[in-house]
Amino acid sequence: MSTTDTGWTPSRRSDPDPLEPVLHIRPSSGRARFPFRELWEYRQLFYFLIWRDLKVRYRQTYLGAAWAVLQPLLAMVIFSLFFGHLAKIPSDGVPYPIFSYVALLPWMFVANGVSSAANSLVNNTNLVTKVYFPRVVIPMSSVIVGLVDFGIAFCLLFVMMFYYHIVPSARSLGAPAFLLLAIILSLGLGFWFAALNVKYRDIRHIVPFFTQLWLFATPIVYPSSLLPEPWRTVFGLNPMTSVVEGFRWCLLGTGSLSLAMLAISIAVAVALLVSGALYFRRVEKTFADVI
Amino acid sequence: MSAVITTTGISKRYAIGSAGRMHDTFRDVLTDLPQKFLRAVQPANGHGQPSHSRRTIWALKDISFDVQRGQVVGIVGRNGAGKSTLLKVLSRITEPTEGHIEIRGRVNSLLEVGTGFHMELTGRENIYLNGAILGMPKRKIDSAFDEIVAFAETDKFLDTPVKHYSSGMYMRLAFAVAAHLDADILLVDEVLSVGDTAFQEKCLGKIRMTARSGKTVVFVSHNMASVQALCHRAILLDRGRVVVDSSPSEVIRTYLSDAKSGTCVSLGDWPDRKTNGEARIQELHIADGQGQPATVITAGSDLQFTIVANFNRPVVDPCFGIIVHSATGEPLVDIRSIHSGLRSGRVSGPVKIVAVARNLWLYPGHYVLSPWIADSNCSHDIDYVRLCATLTLAPASGDHGDLKLDPLWGKYWVPSIWSVQ
Repeated sequence: MSTTDTGWTPSRRSDPDPLEPVLHIRPSSGRARFPFRELWEYRQLFYFLIWRDLKVRYRQTYLGAAWAVLQPLLAMVIFSLFFGHLAKIPSDGVPYPIFSYVALLPWMFVANGVSSAANSLVNNTNLVTKVYFPRVVIPMSSVIVGLVDFGIAFCLLFVMMFYYHIVPSARSLGAPAFLLLAIILSLGLGFWFAALNVKYRDIRHIVPFFTQLWLFATPIVYPSSLLPEPWRTVFGLNPMTSVVEGFRWCLLGTGSLSLAMLAISIAVAVALLVSGALYFRRVEKTFADVI
Repeated sequence: MSAVITTTGISKRYAIGSAGRMHDTFRDVLTDLPQKFLRAVQPANGHGQPSHSRRTIWALKDISFDVQRGQVVGIVGRNGAGKSTLLKVLSRITEPTEGHIEIRGRVNSLLEVGTGFHMELTGRENIYLNGAILGMPKRKIDSAFDEIVAFAETDKFLDTPVKHYSSGMYMRLAFAVAAHLDADILLVDEVLSVGDTAFQEKCLGKIRMTARSGKTVVFVSHNMASVQALCHRAILLDRGRVVVDSSPSEVIRTYLSDAKSGTCVSLGDWPDRKTNGEARIQELHIADGQGQPATVITAGSDLQFTIVANFNRPVVDPCFGIIVHSATGEPLVDIRSIHSGLRSGRVSGPVKIVAVARNLWLYPGHYVLSPWIADSNCSHDIDYVRLCATLTLAPASGDHGDLKLDPLWGKYWVPSIWSVQ
């Protein structure tokens, strides 16, 4: 190609530098892999997206941090009144308010995480169409942001335990493991919904309906001990069952968590995470074209 | 000499939905399932076509070029030629359908200034957020922070949410962050078409400095003047293919050669325009001062333009105008209806606007025209038909013989009085 009449002279530094990064762009082959290395390179963006969401949320709402507590608190009051007080649903021998609140904590985290992850790509259209970065950062950060709300709401649990004279045992050290299960589950569903939402815009309307049904398919207002075996173990197919019963077992010392149920739940949650991440990776190359 | 960008046979295909929709709905997928199932169990009925028959277009077709280290390359072309798609493929925002690109060195792209700016966040917070989005390490933002603030001239408002910024301040801050991007290869899209003239000058200067510092720049632009001024080389795209790959002036000449010539050019289907749909310019008539249709005008004489447009929606006091560009696309003369105080009132349906430019003393040569309609303060384009018609100015003789007007030495002639003291 001719560059003679362009007035351009090659710069002195013209030898190829062996340390220079070389980037190859080509149509992706069928195999989808999770971008662990890239995710590490873009960890700062991940951090800043979380930081942005927190700043904006606590600045925009008058209630700010109080909202994180109010949401599960109000749900607990309503549930205690209707299901605990009027319908007299059993609560495994602990006061109904704390029985439902301890379940609402992980529930709110997962439900809010899944629905904000579902809308995350569509809400960040300008980023997706104008800048390159591993797209998984967006739904991941919107799930992780929920941990702050979870932490704030968790403080109220200590107040309630003190009020009801429930002394935490060594078992409570197991709670983070169940929180991890909740994170895995939120990420798995978050990846699925976020990717589907780009292509099918009515997912936006399906997700709230889905979470509503899911709320009652999870032992939050009732204990899973209501179910006879073997159905109780089968109930573990909904990973939230193990998360909720696990929280009760760790923090209140009650509940009917069995190892079989937990194993099923972990398997389902991990399957959702792996399939969600791979589906997301497979369709992410078309995000900028269809969003 | 080493190529830092090597693209080989890049093509990009887009699917267009059958009903003109971009998005499918999940409901459709569910309701289509029984049909799909029926088709699957009865494969022999000859209707193998899926119900959503998809049309596809090739936004890019077989693009190959190399960019050498330190080169500044302009990508030009009409709307829909594939410029932006090419830049999106180069910056990995979308994937090519075919082909291969190899890029050596750290690459950063700037398709828009202020990507990810959040209205609720302060200027300071947005500098960090935007920097992170553009891939700048936090250390780098920390060290460039004072420079960014100084460049943007917004130090007094650093802790004010950007929603309270004027649009000029907002753009200045956004560009300032982008201008401090550190990369070996920079991919830039038309970011210069924002802000006031003084700021645009500043931005151009910054890009010129970047180019001089040995960085490689790929620059997509509609602004021929900046392509001419900044680029070592230009590539003209048309309908997804490379038409010319040469010096900027050569490329710009080819680019402008498809402008229509004639005394009455029809522009209803001219693709290269910026329009908001409220009105569409249909025709442009060119005539001399007496109203006689002409494409060649004697320098210094009067020129009459007629814009025929159709307003799809009523607009109050729209502003009309014509830009006369040089043969290399540089805007030279800007005439607009508010200069004569025309108040067109509430306009709807078909309209015909006539303008007479007096004593057009441009040097003899070829010129290109862009007629436009904008809102009442000329701040938002309603229909801007880019570089669509040609005009030729013929040499004129002055009162004292041939004026010897050589476009190499000037663009515009003014009468002058000389004396010996």
